[in-house]
Amino acid sequence: MLLAPVIWILTAIIAYFFAAKTWWFPPPINAHGIAYDQQFMRTLIVTGVIFVLAQCALGWVIFRFRDRGRPASHNHGNDRLETVWTSATALLFLGLVLTGTKIWANVHFDQPPADAIPIEVLGKQFAWSFRYPGPDGKFGHTDLKFVNDSAANPFGLDDKDPAGKDDIVSASLKIPAGKPIKLIMHSRDVIHNFFVRELRMKQDIVPGMEIPLSFQADTVGVYEVPCSELCGLGHFQMRTTMQVMSPADFEQWKIEKAQK
Amino acid sequence: MGMSGSITHDIIQGPPRPPVEGGWEGGGGGGFEGRGAFRRASFTGLFVMLAASTMLFAAFTSAMVVRRGLSDDWASMAKPPILLLNTAILLASSLALDLARRALKSRNRARFNGWWTAGTTLGLLFLCGQALAWSQLNAAGVFISSNPSSSFFYVLTFAHAIHLLGGVTALLYVDVQAWRLRLGPAKRTVIDISAIFWHFLDGLWLYLMVLFYVWG
Amino acid sequence: MSAPTHLAHQAPQGFIRKYVFSLDHKVIGIQYYFLGLFSVFLGISLSLLMRFHMVNPEAKVSWFAHLWPTSAAGGMMSPELYLSLMTMHGTIMVFFVLTTVPQSGFGNYFLPLQIGAEDMAFPVLNMLSFWTTFLALVVMVSAFFVQGGAPLSGWTAYPPLSAAGRITGPGQGMGQTLWIASIAIFCGASLMGAINFIATTVDLRCKGMRLMRMPLTCWTWLVTAILALLGFAVLLAAGLLLILDRTVGTSFFIPGGLMISDQIIANHKGGSPLLWQHLFWFFGHPEVYIAILPGMGVTSHLLATFARKPVFGYKAMVYAILSLGFLGFLVWGHHMFMSGMNPYSAMAFSVLTMAIGVPSAIKTFNWIGTLWGGQIHFTAAMMFALGFVSLFVTGGLSGIFLGQPALDLYFHDTYFVVGHFHMIMGVAAIFGMFAGTFYWFPKMFGKMMNETLGKIHFFATFIGVYCIFMPMHFVGIAGTPRRYSDFSNVEYLAPLMPVQRFMTHAAYFTAAVQILFLINLFWSLWKGPKAPMNPWNSTSLEWTVPSPPPFDNFAGVHPVVNHGPYEFSVPGAPTDFIMQTDPPSVTSES
Repeated sequence: MLLAPVIWILTAIIAYFFAAKTWWFPPPINAHGIAYDQQFMRTLIVTGVIFVLAQCALGWVIFRFRDRGRPASHNHGNDRLETVWTSATALLFLGLVLTGTKIWANVHFDQPPADAIPIEVLGKQFAWSFRYPGPDGKFGHTDLKFVNDSAANPFGLDDKDPAGKDDIVSASLKIPAGKPIKLIMHSRDVIHNFFVRELRMKQDIVPGMEIPLSFQADTVGVYEVPCSELCGLGHFQMRTTMQVMSPADFEQWKIEKAQK
Repeated sequence: MGMSGSITHDIIQGPPRPPVEGGWEGGGGGGFEGRGAFRRASFTGLFVMLAASTMLFAAFTSAMVVRRGLSDDWASMAKPPILLLNTAILLASSLALDLARRALKSRNRARFNGWWTAGTTLGLLFLCGQALAWSQLNAAGVFISSNPSSSFFYVLTFAHAIHLLGGVTALLYVDVQAWRLRLGPAKRTVIDISAIFWHFLDGLWLYLMVLFYVWG
Repeated sequence: MSAPTHLAHQAPQGFIRKYVFSLDHKVIGIQYYFLGLFSVFLGISLSLLMRFHMVNPEAKVSWFAHLWPTSAAGGMMSPELYLSLMTMHGTIMVFFVLTTVPQSGFGNYFLPLQIGAEDMAFPVLNMLSFWTTFLALVVMVSAFFVQGGAPLSGWTAYPPLSAAGRITGPGQGMGQTLWIASIAIFCGASLMGAINFIATTVDLRCKGMRLMRMPLTCWTWLVTAILALLGFAVLLAAGLLLILDRTVGTSFFIPGGLMISDQIIANHKGGSPLLWQHLFWFFGHPEVYIAILPGMGVTSHLLATFARKPVFGYKAMVYAILSLGFLGFLVWGHHMFMSGMNPYSAMAFSVLTMAIGVPSAIKTFNWIGTLWGGQIHFTAAMMFALGFVSLFVTGGLSGIFLGQPALDLYFHDTYFVVGHFHMIMGVAAIFGMFAGTFYWFPKMFGKMMNETLGKIHFFATFIGVYCIFMPMHFVGIAGTPRRYSDFSNVEYLAPLMPVQRFMTHAAYFTAAVQILFLINLFWSLWKGPKAPMNPWNSTSLEWTVPSPPPFDNFAGVHPVVNHGPYEFSVPGAPTDFIMQTDPPSVTSES
């Protein structure tokens, strides 16, 4: 009996925190993020209504049908009711998947435009590196045998390859606002994961695979990139930032970086 | 027997016999008909076990297909010719076991014992042949880590051999018990089960051979 | 030849054969139960250490240094120790608690009783599977004591972290090898158990026990056994391949071109880390249902018993169990949306995942339908069954977010996931075990448990688990990545620390109240009032025999079943329950 109010109170508290958004997403910084938040809210409303109804109903039957000396009714079920709620849930859940399809398709099926800025991402235990092709637009040849982390060559750039002379290597990600970006992601050792909350995007980086991820960020700012796939004892320290700059600042940064 | 029991003990003696004389008549879903129930349960257990083995090899196979499709380092290994001889031996052993069971049906104990012993011997011979195949590969410098093709060859043939070791143990057990007249036409569950398991291993081997020669 | 007397089924004499290497399914069930009880308290202890470290990463505790001289040197827990605790917590809970207690513990004890069999089909195999499980646990725990300590790659053991050896971190040497060995041994044990469960259910039902007259518990044990059979065989294959990658230098899962700790890995090339994930989750997702299905069975059984009503839609429940089992094998890819697998297959996996929400919803509706119009008796067992329903709803609905690849783009590997699976697979399943314990304890030990203590324990635990796991969803929404030993390196996590501290305190509280359960269990075992044959006025067969049942269950008189399992409050019947073995004339319905 006491269980009924306990369930109701817990339900109310949980519903309150979802409604108040006390601990919540940071604001999105692109169109995908806005679409993502809409899909999240749609799902939250559907599941939230089911959650509140189901918990309240559970509390209600516990309260209403507690043993008061009256014998229980005898029935084995109701096929019509069964069919109705089965098809209703099926439609509701399927509908939710379908409404989210476009968001997934935009991230994974659409080819990035030809002028997207390519940036190579390297994950290793427990640091991030980013490489820009430089003014020639070409990435230089790399080989593991040239890798030297302490000499700022995590990619293993071959200094004999002229295409690599102007490559820019950075420990944090800098991108221009409003421009399509194409990340080409590699791992040198174990699986890592590139995650930026504000982008509403996440992607595993699997050694032995080249994994693309394309997006665009519109709001200038600095955003954190915490590794989001267990990669070993320093997993919690594997953090960098993504700085979204105005296009002019970005060009300036590239020039400064190239001079070093 | 008590604690000296083993898995074969289960297969032979099966689940508990009915406590009352005459057994538990007819069942609802299945019910208990004394010996009939434990024979049925033993067969169910066998087929369930075969399902598990099938899943194990299906997992290895799908790993092989995926691994082969993903990489550019697959170099098909040369198969030692003795494999073909082994295949013939295994097929012959299955045939011998089947002839043995036919003899059992016609209640000819001596012929049953003869064929069953022949089948068991051929089974042991197959294991020796496999050991020979592995050592030939080793001598030719084809090790488990040489190439994904050889890795899968060793894994699959070894997993098959482990199964076969179990099978041969069952065959030997039946053989000894049959010579001691402990098993026979009236008590043949363990005989049938060992034979079916053996046929399964036979089919599995043929499947593996196709797999190696076509995709390996 | 003379028929051999069935010595295995005469009551054994002597302590060893009676209680250690017993062939009796009831003793084996109890052995599994206590193995699980040990494991659950070990798992809880590990989680408390983790929760402590997360909110006090710099704290120095002198006895840590005694326990772990290297990985907690000076008393400060190292990140690798945290990850070892996390790996072992997950592994022990999933394999040695959630897989072991509901199925092998209660299932072993009550499946033969509920279907009217004298024992499991293969008693020796049954004993072997318990002792193999025991061996697996010993090997698993021993990983703590080898050089480098326990592995830190999580219960999912993704390669290359789990495959490349000690070079990837402490614990990835001997510890990881022992971990895989233990899992392989556990697979063997589970396969043996599954063979027994299936053969017993299919062939040893007593007269009149048609499939559709089996209690729902038996249905869940049967389907769970099928899942275990197919799933553990695949995990065994995966484990063998992983161990070969580690020991003999094959490259199933290790790709080429790796450089770990400044060393070029030259002897591996071409392997696929995703291959492991596919094999692992092909087992791993059914494993979720292995953990939860028996809890669903117990809940259905108890709701009917204590609401004094037949299960609402028994057939629909059976079909729901079957379709959960079937669909459970088709949705493994939803664990891999972010893994780099083909994004088109993610769409297919996602539709199938939503489809699995349907039978889950059927179950929930039917549970509420069962309670509706009932006469609910609030025993401690019933409280836990009701708690199960509430937790199942909460944990199930967060799955609707995670099952959509679009939303998983953010939630994958955040605390939202941790909250989700702890709710549904962790605590809901454990509530099923508590419910089973309070319900069946009288039958198993012939003593009653203390109801008042049981209810206090229930309320404290129920509120406690909501306080631990609900906030995880919120910190997940705020973007907290899981498997972080320390949150101080990421700036946006700092404002969430009060929530983390709240969860840690809730965990301390909830763990502490479990002592009430232990007191109740052991006190009742020793001093509990004697249990009658059928204390709850239940209908199933285990309540037709004394508490505890005699060695051969039905003392030579074999039961004949005339009724369905949930004939409660039948109009015109003399009592509000009709035992399955009551003569057919009690009611016109069957």
